[in-house]
Amino acid sequence: MPSSWVDGSSLLAIEVGAANTRAVLFDVIESEYRFVASGSAPTTAEAPFKDVGEGVRNAIRNLQKLIGNTLLDESRGLITPSQPNGSGVDALVVILSAGPVIKTVIVGLVNDVSLESARRLAESTYTRIVDTIGLNDLRKPDQQIDSLLHLRPDLVVIGGGTDGGASRSIRKVLERIGLACFLLPEEKRPDVLFAGNEKMEDEVKNLMGSPATSLHFSPNVRPSLETEDLDPAERELARMFINIRKRQFKGVDALDLWSNGHILPTAYATGRMVRFLAKVYGGEKGFLSVDIGSSAAIISAGFNRKTTLSVYPQFGLGENLSRMQNYTTLEDILRWSSLDISVSVLRDYLYQKSLYPASIPATKEDFAISQAVSRQALYLAMQFARRDFPGNVATINPTLTPLFESIVAGGGALSGASPPGPGLLLLLDSIQPVGVTTIMLDQNSLLPLLGAAVSQNNILPVQVYKSGAFLGVGTVISPVVAVSYGTVILRAKLNYENGAEAQVDLKYGSIETLPLSSGEVGKLSIQGLRGADIGFGPNRSLTIPVSGGVLGVVFDGRGRPLDLPSDSVRRRELIQKWNWALGGE
Amino acid sequence: MQAPVIHVNGLTSIVRERLLPVPGTVLARLNQKVSPLDVIAQTSWAREHLLLDVTRLMRVNSNVADRLITCNVGDRIAAGAVIAAGKGLFSRRVRAPRDGRVVAAGGGKVLMEVGVTKVELRAGIPGMVVQVLPNRGVVIQTAGALIQGVWGNGRIASGTLVNLAEKPDGILTARRLDVSLRGSIILAGSVNDVETLQAAAGLPVRGLILSSILPSLIQKATEMRYPILVTDGFGSLPMNSVAYKLLSTNVRRDVTVNAEIHDRYSGARPEVIIPLPILEIPLIPREVETFAPGLQVRMRLAPALGMTGSIVALKSGLTRLPSGLQAPAAEVKLENGETVIVPLVNLEFMG
Repeated sequence: MPSSWVDGSSLLAIEVGAANTRAVLFDVIESEYRFVASGSAPTTAEAPFKDVGEGVRNAIRNLQKLIGNTLLDESRGLITPSQPNGSGVDALVVILSAGPVIKTVIVGLVNDVSLESARRLAESTYTRIVDTIGLNDLRKPDQQIDSLLHLRPDLVVIGGGTDGGASRSIRKVLERIGLACFLLPEEKRPDVLFAGNEKMEDEVKNLMGSPATSLHFSPNVRPSLETEDLDPAERELARMFINIRKRQFKGVDALDLWSNGHILPTAYATGRMVRFLAKVYGGEKGFLSVDIGSSAAIISAGFNRKTTLSVYPQFGLGENLSRMQNYTTLEDILRWSSLDISVSVLRDYLYQKSLYPASIPATKEDFAISQAVSRQALYLAMQFARRDFPGNVATINPTLTPLFESIVAGGGALSGASPPGPGLLLLLDSIQPVGVTTIMLDQNSLLPLLGAAVSQNNILPVQVYKSGAFLGVGTVISPVVAVSYGTVILRAKLNYENGAEAQVDLKYGSIETLPLSSGEVGKLSIQGLRGADIGFGPNRSLTIPVSGGVLGVVFDGRGRPLDLPSDSVRRRELIQKWNWALGGE
Repeated sequence: MQAPVIHVNGLTSIVRERLLPVPGTVLARLNQKVSPLDVIAQTSWAREHLLLDVTRLMRVNSNVADRLITCNVGDRIAAGAVIAAGKGLFSRRVRAPRDGRVVAAGGGKVLMEVGVTKVELRAGIPGMVVQVLPNRGVVIQTAGALIQGVWGNGRIASGTLVNLAEKPDGILTARRLDVSLRGSIILAGSVNDVETLQAAAGLPVRGLILSSILPSLIQKATEMRYPILVTDGFGSLPMNSVAYKLLSTNVRRDVTVNAEIHDRYSGARPEVIIPLPILEIPLIPREVETFAPGLQVRMRLAPALGMTGSIVALKSGLTRLPSGLQAPAAEVKLENGETVIVPLVNLEFMG
């Protein structure tokens, strides 16, 4: 073991996921922070344990086996700081996504204003919006009260009223919420977040203070009609999420203590890292992070002045899978399948998998199904998330995915995909990037851990991100064009640093690659044909620098939006062909 | 690695909490013997509330309205009774539109609960009350066979067990259900149509124990007023041989089907309990097990979905699966003699 691991700067990051808990060690190696190793164990939030601490200790024990060092003492406590004998760590951060989805009621005034902001705020963590109460709600006040009593939400998020603006309408709504909270049994009362008119704080305390389990305030998400500021409220909501989990499971309190309060929801930590990366790497275009795992699909996009964070438990690949049919048809899922699979087999799979979120596809058929499901879930999550992207982002066509400089993708559905070709195809199908984008696979699910680490050590995330711990897949060129299959839409020539050249004629409907290894850069000359646009205008001829990756430079000539053939045999043949083009089996 | 546990056990101690959804009165006493139909606790629950805006109805401000309200919190009010009255001969009055109870008054408003229903909690299983949880319910202990399932429709009932599944992969059809089965708990295979569920409701039966159910029937199954418990999964799966053997050798006994909705966080599971005479109290089954050779397991996903077998060996390191994924795995000898390699996360211990 390198001696620098114990130089007094090691950081242990714990991720308590829906299915698995991981303990990940970062340390200084040769003067730079590096991802050292990761130990994993099943999460123990569920019965019979109901204590996330068991899974955390098991994951740390497995990490200990890998690094050959002791991190837990005899009383199963974390050794901190690191000791001269090499045991222990200097700092700990924790991220958490395990647990049931948080039933949430959003409250506001006008649908397109405060209620929309309250919705966006609620969707920044692991919630399911079960009711919406606003001025346009046609129900009588007592019906609204009965609805709250029936639904028994875990959380109420209230927006509404510009700062210093009229307060009469929101007061009426608050009165109903307060009455409903009062009528609920004490242990069932929801946590309440008020993120509306700041001048109403005292009044809100009077109306809501005593009956609510816990009343929280954040700066107004809508200080004026034209302005939305979700960041402070998202931070408060992240804290509330952890508090709710503390009440639900044992062990969260201890993790909070171990980490000196550095415990965050996984999604929030992801958003924090994306905000940082967008500033560094986003440029004119945006920076996108997608994560599809058991508990949720998380989309976070960083643009010049704004970062969006959207968490969709309904598109998680675990216990919510059986409800996916509420958002899509089985036929739409199967359109992505490379194998001939019947609707009934797919339906049975969704229900069976929802019984056992931690299970994995062991057969080729189950793998094909799980890949199709992951594609559709991520596709839907992306469509939902796009609603909340700023209106002025760089695009080729506003109905398509905006231009992104980089996309980082992680989560169980992608980190398990090996080799990277099938993972990339999943991303190209579901996100449908346009123009020129570099793509990284977060195979070790490090991004949210780095987001959590920022609060302890702001150098570590940068150095680890640049260290090669993320798998650089390569640069993807995705022209926007619609012509007939087989038509040449783009000619490209790649000039390597050593003077060599490679060329490709990209036909509509095909995927091609040119090799360019990780760490290498090249100059790519492109001539768009037939109106093909990669973000610089139709039919433009240009030369751009490109960086390499395990799949080199990838040309996705399938057009946008991706239009799969309706003939199922032809479609499956093409999917197989595209898979082969990216090195899949 | 720890193995998830599902109980299919011929004789064990069974300890279950039975709780009211909201606080109420516990009727059962410590050490009381209870039968499944005994009411052990009760409470009342208001289906609806009425918010009467006295301020608006009497056209006064809220301070004045509060002075005009004549009822107090806790008062039971009959329909038509005055709850607020103005001063003077021809003053306005606000009357209760329905019978109810005042639960809050102030700020110029009165909130009444109406349509109160009585909620009775039955023991559900026969046994002894070993703990009283004040205002909430009791803990009951019994001994017998325990067969846990994977899905339930939220109902509970007891009755005599009748076997209509000659083999574990039988299919129950409406034609098999006749009047002689009225009041029985029926052991069946899978159900593939709505007519069968409706025919069972028509008799009515006391409950269905199924090996599997089509996902398309879940909505209808949830609406049925008798308990439906699924032992193995969704689609057309045969019943695992361990559960089938245990159930089919206990026909004509009184059984309880608690088709509780599976909650992975609380640990609530749908289950069949068959009380058995005992000489001494058996052990409570283990809730935690570790994967090891010899362990009896069930496959949660393909290959061999739903089949049982025993672990022959744990593979070292990560095993590359036919899907291309790599995971810790075990070699499992299935009950049909075949051997398969299965990722550990796709296995659960049955015992």
